[in-house]
Amino acid sequence: MTNVEETDAKAAFLAQLKEFEGVHAESGVVALDPVNGPMIRHWAETMGDKNPVYTDPEFAKSTHFGGIVAPATMLQVWIMRGLQTGVATADSPVQKLYDLIVEAGFGSVVATNCEQEYVRPLRLDEVVEYDQMIETVSEEKTTGLGTGHFITTLTNIYVPAEDGERALVGTHRFRILRYTPHKRKPKEPARPPRPRRVVNRDSAPFWDGIDEEKLLIQRCTECQTLRLPFGPGCNNCASLEWDTIEAAGGGTIYSHVTMHYPKFPAFDMPYAVALIELDEGVRTLSNIVGIPHDEVRIGMRVAMEFVQHDADLKLPVFRPVEQEA
Amino acid sequence: MSNLTSLGYDDVNVGDELPELVVPLTATLITATAIATRDYQDVHHDRELAQAKGSPDIFMNILTSNGLVGRLVTDWAGPETELRKVAIRLGAPNYPGDTMTLTGKVTAKADGLVEVSVVGANKLGNHVTGTVTVALPGGAA
Repeated sequence: MTNVEETDAKAAFLAQLKEFEGVHAESGVVALDPVNGPMIRHWAETMGDKNPVYTDPEFAKSTHFGGIVAPATMLQVWIMRGLQTGVATADSPVQKLYDLIVEAGFGSVVATNCEQEYVRPLRLDEVVEYDQMIETVSEEKTTGLGTGHFITTLTNIYVPAEDGERALVGTHRFRILRYTPHKRKPKEPARPPRPRRVVNRDSAPFWDGIDEEKLLIQRCTECQTLRLPFGPGCNNCASLEWDTIEAAGGGTIYSHVTMHYPKFPAFDMPYAVALIELDEGVRTLSNIVGIPHDEVRIGMRVAMEFVQHDADLKLPVFRPVEQEA
Repeated sequence: MSNLTSLGYDDVNVGDELPELVVPLTATLITATAIATRDYQDVHHDRELAQAKGSPDIFMNILTSNGLVGRLVTDWAGPETELRKVAIRLGAPNYPGDTMTLTGKVTAKADGLVEVSVVGANKLGNHVTGTVTVALPGGAA
């Protein structure tokens, strides 16, 4: 995407998000559990909160509360939807908003602000219900954690009142950040480079040819015998005089093996190594690319190409070609 | 809370500092409090999934930070304390192996209510900053 297209796409996405502002997302959602002693006790136990008004009925009776009360900061606990449905109920506008944002790639979530006001303490056996409104959805922001959108919801928590109405017991303003984390550097260990070429006075002309993407074959200028790899003298007539011809690149697999072990980290294991008989009549060792190692067969026609493994290492490899009919 | 007596509105002055609350942040605490607050978000109990979402480890959920901020104030002022408002903002996450130290200071007294400013710091910085408003005996009607 160009910058202009990206800006337009972001603006369109933001406009979509902004439509959720002010939406009354939930209404009259009833808590899954009444305010109850066991949940209060578990909460107090894990928080290390030993305030006896939460757990000791005798003591609580002696206070101005006149009996057990729930910790005020448990307000949100009573309306949590638990493991199956998360914070929002399914198909709610809040869930639709979350889904939209997650689809856009902001898959991580963190709560950043919580602002609660308590009208009065909650008592055992009260069953709360809540209404929720989406207050604001921010434009795209980048924080220490990553890039994403802040969503602020306002939840009013009620208990049934005697007249069939509801009495407000607390309000809960909550802000979360739905975000994409900053990219961390991948922790994969750096792959070691492939073994280096062995270049000496005899082989240097061969490697110079490879750098120019030519596979050179040595030719004895006395008896015209071709040889590969490069060597100082002719195996046929012992002459030290030679020149080169350039291989056309076609050949046939004369023999092959598959390397399974040892597992060299520089190579994609396992891999096929083949002895290729070039059309010029000499053989050379190389890798077979383009087909799985276990489909390499003796007699396959192959064509040469060059692979640049790294800045200093170019090598010829061979790829099977369609058999001529 | 060892002291079962409560502070009255008149016992408190602006500038008073609350006894600090030191919370060792174990994976057990972070997980147990997440579950006790009915928060099953994986980032609060599953390290692998937390890391997949870009976090170095699991971290404390906001309902627990909120609860501990409230506890700091009720531990100080006693069981007759009635919380009226807790407003917090989270910063540096609470990861296992760290320690959070909560401190508080009375910043205002008005209309029978006492306002306490709270900071919870870990080694990464401020995990939580916030304001708690409480009614103490002899204060608000």
